[in-house]
Amino acid sequence: MSPAVRKWLPPLFAIAVLIAPFTGWMPAYWVTLFNYIGLSSLVALGLVLLTGVGGMTSFGQAAFVGFGAYTSAVLTLDYAVSPWLTLPVSLLVTALGALLIGAVTVRLSGHYLPLGTIAWGIALFYVFGNSSTLGAHDGLSGVPPLRVGTHALIDPREYFVVVWIAVISMIVATRNLLDSRIGRAIRALRRGAVAAESFGVNAPRAKLIVFVYSAVLAGLAGWLYAHFQRSVSPGAFGVNTGIEYLIMAVMGGAGRIYGAILGAAAVTILKDQLQNILPWIIGSTGNYETIVFGAILVLVLETAPNGLWPLIAGPSPPPKVPQRPQAPLPDREKPAAGTPLLRVTAARKAFGGLIAVNDVSFEIAAGEILGLIGPNGAGKSTTFDLLTCVTPLTSGNISFCGKALAGEHPQDVARLGISRTFQHVHLAPDMSVIENVALGAHLRGSAGTLRAFAHLERQEDAALLSNAKRQLERVGLGEQAMMLAGSLSLGQLRLVEIARALCLDPVLLLLDEPAAGLRVGEKKELARLLRELRAEGMSVLLVEHDMDFVMSLADRLVVLDFGQKIAQGAPTDVRADPRVLEAYLGGVT
Amino acid sequence: MNETLLSVADMHVAYGRVEAVHGVSLAVPKASIVTVIGANGAGKTTLLNAIMGVMKGKGSIEFDRKPIADLSLEARVANGLCLVPERRELFASMPVEDNLLLGGFRRSRAERSQALEETYARFPRLRERRRQLAGTLSGGERQMLAMGRALMARPRLLMLDEPSLGLAPRIVRDVFHIITKLKEAGVSILLVEQNARAALQIASYAYVLELGTVTAAGTSAEITNNPRLVESYLGLGGASY
Amino acid sequence: MDSTIVLFLVQDAVINGAIYALIAIALVLVFAVTRVILVPQGEFVAFAGLTVAALEAGRVPPTLWLLVALGVLAAISSIAWHWREMEPRRFIGVVASTIVVPLLLILVTKFLAPLKLGLAANTILTLLLIVPMGPLLYRIAFEPLAEASVLVLLIASFGVHLSLVGLGLAFFGPEGVRTAALSDASYTAGALIITGQSVVVIAVTLVLLAALALFFGFTPTGKALRACASNRLGARLVGIPTSVAGQVAFAMAALIGAVSGILITPITAIYYDSGFLIGLKGFVAAIVGGLASYTITALAALGVGLVESFSSFWWSTYKEVFVFTIILPVLVWRSLRSSHLEDDE
Repeated sequence: MSPAVRKWLPPLFAIAVLIAPFTGWMPAYWVTLFNYIGLSSLVALGLVLLTGVGGMTSFGQAAFVGFGAYTSAVLTLDYAVSPWLTLPVSLLVTALGALLIGAVTVRLSGHYLPLGTIAWGIALFYVFGNSSTLGAHDGLSGVPPLRVGTHALIDPREYFVVVWIAVISMIVATRNLLDSRIGRAIRALRRGAVAAESFGVNAPRAKLIVFVYSAVLAGLAGWLYAHFQRSVSPGAFGVNTGIEYLIMAVMGGAGRIYGAILGAAAVTILKDQLQNILPWIIGSTGNYETIVFGAILVLVLETAPNGLWPLIAGPSPPPKVPQRPQAPLPDREKPAAGTPLLRVTAARKAFGGLIAVNDVSFEIAAGEILGLIGPNGAGKSTTFDLLTCVTPLTSGNISFCGKALAGEHPQDVARLGISRTFQHVHLAPDMSVIENVALGAHLRGSAGTLRAFAHLERQEDAALLSNAKRQLERVGLGEQAMMLAGSLSLGQLRLVEIARALCLDPVLLLLDEPAAGLRVGEKKELARLLRELRAEGMSVLLVEHDMDFVMSLADRLVVLDFGQKIAQGAPTDVRADPRVLEAYLGGVT
Repeated sequence: MNETLLSVADMHVAYGRVEAVHGVSLAVPKASIVTVIGANGAGKTTLLNAIMGVMKGKGSIEFDRKPIADLSLEARVANGLCLVPERRELFASMPVEDNLLLGGFRRSRAERSQALEETYARFPRLRERRRQLAGTLSGGERQMLAMGRALMARPRLLMLDEPSLGLAPRIVRDVFHIITKLKEAGVSILLVEQNARAALQIASYAYVLELGTVTAAGTSAEITNNPRLVESYLGLGGASY
Repeated sequence: MDSTIVLFLVQDAVINGAIYALIAIALVLVFAVTRVILVPQGEFVAFAGLTVAALEAGRVPPTLWLLVALGVLAAISSIAWHWREMEPRRFIGVVASTIVVPLLLILVTKFLAPLKLGLAANTILTLLLIVPMGPLLYRIAFEPLAEASVLVLLIASFGVHLSLVGLGLAFFGPEGVRTAALSDASYTAGALIITGQSVVVIAVTLVLLAALALFFGFTPTGKALRACASNRLGARLVGIPTSVAGQVAFAMAALIGAVSGILITPITAIYYDSGFLIGLKGFVAAIVGGLASYTITALAALGVGLVESFSSFWWSTYKEVFVFTIILPVLVWRSLRSSHLEDDE
């Protein structure tokens, strides 16, 4: 497909969809059905983000549809507010509700989260059904239609345009969000919060953004539903409907935007057609459609476990990255070489009875490479976690530029200018290399969610991505920028992690076994890069197994064994220290 | 050279659309140690997984002259293949002895208790720890338990994925000593290692895997004397960076 | 509220809690071995109750036809997914387990049902009809999805649930049933009357829990199931066939469900769709137990029983709201305690 076709195809298709009902080819019955598909698509689209991208399974989305629908119904019926004016109010009420519910829900871990959504889903359903303001079990009827001037939008074909304009704009907004700084953070979170947090992503906040956004999409569907159906009753907002929305999202392909539309269409049409066809085949009415629907659902999942959309469209295409070089981001002021930077005083970490780090003290000065070595289980990784505040200190003190780190979160540590790599690579395999790297610059952007929806932050985003590209080139992986991270070798992934760490523009770089898995040539390149960084005034803490590598790079070494510091000093002195030989090499030389 | 026990020809393995192993062929003779060395990410683990049937691969696998490429993982275990994976994959919430007994899952009760005695004789440390939960063992003990569990099935071919990974040098020596003794007892061994130096010391034949392809093969002596490989993998001679 | 009422409510809670505990343990077992959250667990309960009721009335239970239908589907599914490796022996095995066994059960049941043989025979016959449904369902819906994500398995599980409820209506009809009490005895302890029914429920639950503990602790099959739950890849590497393990887990879940159904039908009227809510309460207990710990799960089930029993006394219209709202703080508390663990699913 040529780029021009690729660019113009979606808008042309969108226009074709919007005029379809007026061509006369689409029977009225199907127009109405497609209106319902559009409404469900909005909710399913929210679930694509919440469940597919954010990893939070919600059974309660139908309740947010209820928020939107009831708000507008009550305001138009009881207070005679114009339906167009109730739109922002409905969305606001849904957002506020979601903010309250979400504040609790996103903090639930593992299986507790889906159960939590069932819990408030059921509770809200009972509230809808028992509140007299909301018409209790009978609901509210006689909701006024939408009007353009004096013309009421009652004809399903006209309403079709309203519904599908909403769907199309929300597709665009969702795509824009996913392809932005905030979107990348959200996508990275699912594959492990540790990495995202160590680059300054506030995980609960990012999750809450997704939660509220998906609820607002449901609220919009609710508002549209109220003025299309012209009545609102609790039956449509229970957990059963919530499950149906989830089925749509999963059947279409959780995590894929167009999967939501496809899933909504598949489920809605299937249920509708089964109701029409089955009595005709079997000859009697019964609940046969649920039997067949359940069976078809299982069959579809067995043939397409990733959903229907990936089956049709293949894997997601790589992101667009600006080709033009952008103005570089402003760099941080580096402290003068030799000034004390990080000071670790009697740091101790105990896990129950086991003391992993036992009163270890050392310092790092600006513009210095410090090697931290020791046999396996010596406490190097734990020390690393203490420095990055991933685990809290049991006792002792760590200060950076004179500021105590005790009690800080990993994201605050990133803010201070400390960035890190991980011993076990923490990258999102289903994101491109450059998107993974750009996460490192998360704190260097400021555009929020709302600007991301409309892609008003392109300038900033381009600067972030082009910075990421530059760091990738620096570690020698410029060519691989557009590949999926999952397709790189482990050695390359380690370099990707270093590029991501550099994106933060750190004062102190913490590297956990960066040379493991690299070949000799690559190790030489890495050593050259680290020397270059040191010359620029960056400090590096290097945890490494390859002795030749550490010895030739580090200015000073600290040696740990069984959680204790057993030696420190210049590489040549440490190498000759008998205690080090005994501990590190097990008496063998 | 001994009769061939395992022969793999033109093996391709892919993760989704990304191929990680591109047409690898290798052979393991009976009662010998063959090693596959290579950097992280070269495709060593993927290759072992495909031979064992943990992952699907394309290519032919013959075990004792019988094609096994279409057999399920369970059937391959029943035929005498056994894999000790890189992450050991022990039953962490169960005691050491249960882990071992489950290793002999496909054997009769009598065979199982006999094999248990042999395993304890080979790894006295495991007997001491037999009531302890596998999840609470140290790294070296875990590797011993993983090997012991595999041996409970009396495999004819034992595949070891990075047995030295994460172990202190002294324990690595013990593990390699045990591997040598297993060979002497008639078990064929396919050893995947990053610690090329140690692997070449005990293996009789070696394959070098680079980016999913075999780039060199030969007796251990030949590989050890190849200057390019020495520089890339053995890191001898105190390289300066 | 006097102490008699409190004691009465507690008795009620303990009985219901015992049944929720059984359901919850079945859910934990199935999830640990197969990663499936078994939404249709409640259907085993409801169908067992309806089967006992039919047998009690001397009618041939429609469960038979349901079993035959599932058998045919399982045969089709097994043959469709494994036709390439279908050797004659395996083919005979598939047909025997999916077609022949249900047909034999038809003959036995048709012969025995009109005889009204009494409680013991009805119980055994019910178990014979319900238990095979577990492995059949596993083969139809979940074995082909063994590598899928937990979310996809969950949605498939909902699909199975929807189909089964539909089938339940088609085969059993919309009428509710209630069976005779398992024991007519009653004992007085102070002001409290303890019914024989409660004693039977508690005794059977305890016996079943003890049997499960022995099974998992001492039998090779039980240990193999634990191995699958502890480390799936490890289990496959020692040659444990995970699909057989899945079938065993499903059979046990069906067994536990059937027993719960026989225990609960004398207490509450059971309809074709009663299973979902019972299953959901068991699910609450299972989740609070972290889908892992049997002890916490059993305690949580008792908690659910207590909350339900007392809230239905004080606030009966909002009983369900109460049960489901009160778990939110519990979930938050449990999450905070486990917040340092990352979910690697």
